[in-house]
Amino acid sequence: MIKRATGFYDTFDRREKGTRATHYCPGCGHGIIHKLIAEAMAELGIQDRTVFVSPVGCAAFCFYYFDCGHIAGPHGRASALATGISRVLPDRVVISYQGDGDLGAIGFNNAFQAANRGDHFACFFVNNSLYAMTGGQMAPTTMLGQRTTTTPFGRDASKEGYPLLVCELLDRLQAPVYIERVSVADTKRINKARKAVRKALEIQKDGKGYAFVEFLSPCPTNWRMDPVAAARYTIEEMERTFPLGCFRDRSEQEAPSPNPVPQATIAELFGEGEGGEVAKVDPSFGERGFKFSGFGGQGVLSLGLVMARAAGHAGRFVSWLPSYGPEQRGGYASCSVVISGKEVGSPTVDRPDVLVAMSQPAAERYAGTVLPGGTVLYEASLPCPKVEEGVRLLAFPAMRIAAENGTPKAANTALLGAMSALGLHGLPEERVLEALDDSFSSKPHLVERNRKVYRAACDWARDNL
Amino acid sequence: MRRFVKGNEAVAIGAIFAGCDAYFGYPITPASEIAHAVADHFPRLGKEFLQAECETGAINMIFGAAATGRLTMTASSGPGISLMQEGLSYMAGAQLPTVVVNIMRAGPGLGNIGPEQGDYAQAVKGGGHGNYHNIVLAPASVQEMCDLTMKAFELAFRYRNPAVVLADAFLGQMMEFLTLPEREAARPDTAAWAVQGDALTRGNMISSTNLQNDVQEAHNWDLQRKYASMDVEARAESYLVEDAEIVLTGYGTSARVARSAVDRLRGQGVRAGLFRPLTLFPFPVRELQEAGRSGRILVVELSNGQYRNDVLLHLDRGIPCQVELINRMGGNVMGVEDVMQKGMQMLEVGP
Ligand code: SF4
Repeated sequence: MIKRATGFYDTFDRREKGTRATHYCPGCGHGIIHKLIAEAMAELGIQDRTVFVSPVGCAAFCFYYFDCGHIAGPHGRASALATGISRVLPDRVVISYQGDGDLGAIGFNNAFQAANRGDHFACFFVNNSLYAMTGGQMAPTTMLGQRTTTTPFGRDASKEGYPLLVCELLDRLQAPVYIERVSVADTKRINKARKAVRKALEIQKDGKGYAFVEFLSPCPTNWRMDPVAAARYTIEEMERTFPLGCFRDRSEQEAPSPNPVPQATIAELFGEGEGGEVAKVDPSFGERGFKFSGFGGQGVLSLGLVMARAAGHAGRFVSWLPSYGPEQRGGYASCSVVISGKEVGSPTVDRPDVLVAMSQPAAERYAGTVLPGGTVLYEASLPCPKVEEGVRLLAFPAMRIAAENGTPKAANTALLGAMSALGLHGLPEERVLEALDDSFSSKPHLVERNRKVYRAACDWARDNL
Repeated sequence: MRRFVKGNEAVAIGAIFAGCDAYFGYPITPASEIAHAVADHFPRLGKEFLQAECETGAINMIFGAAATGRLTMTASSGPGISLMQEGLSYMAGAQLPTVVVNIMRAGPGLGNIGPEQGDYAQAVKGGGHGNYHNIVLAPASVQEMCDLTMKAFELAFRYRNPAVVLADAFLGQMMEFLTLPEREAARPDTAAWAVQGDALTRGNMISSTNLQNDVQEAHNWDLQRKYASMDVEARAESYLVEDAEIVLTGYGTSARVARSAVDRLRGQGVRAGLFRPLTLFPFPVRELQEAGRSGRILVVELSNGQYRNDVLLHLDRGIPCQVELINRMGGNVMGVEDVMQKGMQMLEVGP
């Protein structure tokens, strides 16, 4: 009596309702491989824990056979799906089943990177040396000289390259636990394959890591052979290019465990939040647009941030928009800040009310855009920029004041002091100082030094501007 | 509680409060700060973050994780979003929920990293192959980057459908004050359809394939009915529209520029209003008709008229309304004054 294969559904309704026949061609390796996997699942008692990812190819309908959970994704991506699944279901058994076009060509990077990460799944790779379902085209595993529908003169190494030896490639990686190439061409080989499948699934059951089994598998239909000849071809031809054997078995070793990350609750993660009141509409506070600009490293972005924070704490509506990406790399840095008594519309400031310029290119670039009635506050050591009529030009020795007060890098803080003294931001000073102090919360020794520069700048601005 | 954060960080915060379990992504400017925030926050909260080898890998990792019923997301910008379209089509076909955040940059091709809205049609009309739609939400502030990310998860799971948060480079990069959500969202129950590797869901299957034409067609009809049923989720902000003689419309950063223009036109005695969709699919058709009653609509967008085309498509043909466009591309943003001028022109010429 033939033992009924376990691990499958009772009937395979893909072909016709109620049948127990598969949709595969006679002599095809897929049916045997299916049986080996289903058997192992049943014997290991993991059907309730298993998620099976099917490929696109002849095996696209795995979900008609295996009695477990199924997910079917795009061509080539079964390994990527398996990565995603195993990451959110770390204690389950995940299987990806892929063909040679699927894994070796379009999805190779996903498969390779998953192996390199040692993702926790078993990858079953069926190598029948061509694309079977789409009509026998060349695959990365097509052998030299082999004729396919897209290599009608035989695969030519000088044109199509060499057959891809996937096991050998994966064996260069550190992370995989188990790599073996087997064949399903005869009983002796099938018995070896059975052991390999079982090992790969045991590794999953034990949560040990990545396991890879390549099957040399006959495709009589596309090879245009009868099943007997196809089996012989698998043994005699394929094994010459793809030698069988176990490349690696580290299943006895401990699985590496990830470094612990300190855990937190959401409340702990976000701390106490910002102080101050939620913004309220105040028609008496007119909208002001600011542009802060200079070289990267002069602190123009943080100057804008301190002011924006202060505005937020003072109950104003505010937006802060930086220059970003390559613009920064050229050495320019700028940011736009809008402070308003109502919801801020455009966060861009094309025509600033106040321009703070710390470098010559910045001054030249933006001074002409300042609105009549507005102010350009620029580092006094720079040449005087050109402005429209009605724009106030204020040269302010920010660098000198910062240096004289012991913190040469705090020229941006000096400018903040000048803005306060000149009433350019319209914010309560205690909010500005609070925001300034906050900006050094990770470097507390700088708090007092910056306050000193701020005060000196205020005094100088009051006396001289 | 308030925090002063970048729009991109607000997305990560919204995802956390939505209960997102896993993020898979690939770096790209100007969206990368989302990954930075997630990479820092998620592991500490026992959530999964993985930097994928490419966007194709990322969207398919999401496919796998979403099929287990978990809350998944990714964020990217134009070039990366384009690479994800195949996966999104599959997920739409397999009816899987996920949230994809697109911090739009200028295109086509590599373009540049300035703000643009050229991915409107890709997001709103489907983007991949087949007859499907994404749910598309359009934040216009740091607060909405958080709130609409949360909303995207809610809708994605309600309809078992991918949801796109369609923002742009300015919204990602700018900082504003964010009031954090008060509590975490309730977890959706997914056991009825998800494949969770347990006895309860062993019989479930996630797939987007049907070889029989009739079955595939029936599935398509089901999807169309589902998309139609989303109409009730349409949201828009109508600002000073009631008495308006001209209504400006835009979403995202364009809407912010338009809003400034509306305020300044009002300051000059012009009765201007703003119609701002918060959902681009489903489109807030009813609110659009109210805007149309002003007789003049000025579309403000950072793309080649893709959004204007939808305004024209949805506008009731029975309403006599002049529709004009002011747009910039390539990473440039129109000035408030340019918008005002165009609006004034429309008023002078008359309908
Ligand atoms: S075409 Fe080849 S691989 Fe496909 S089912 Fe037939 S024999 Fe098997």
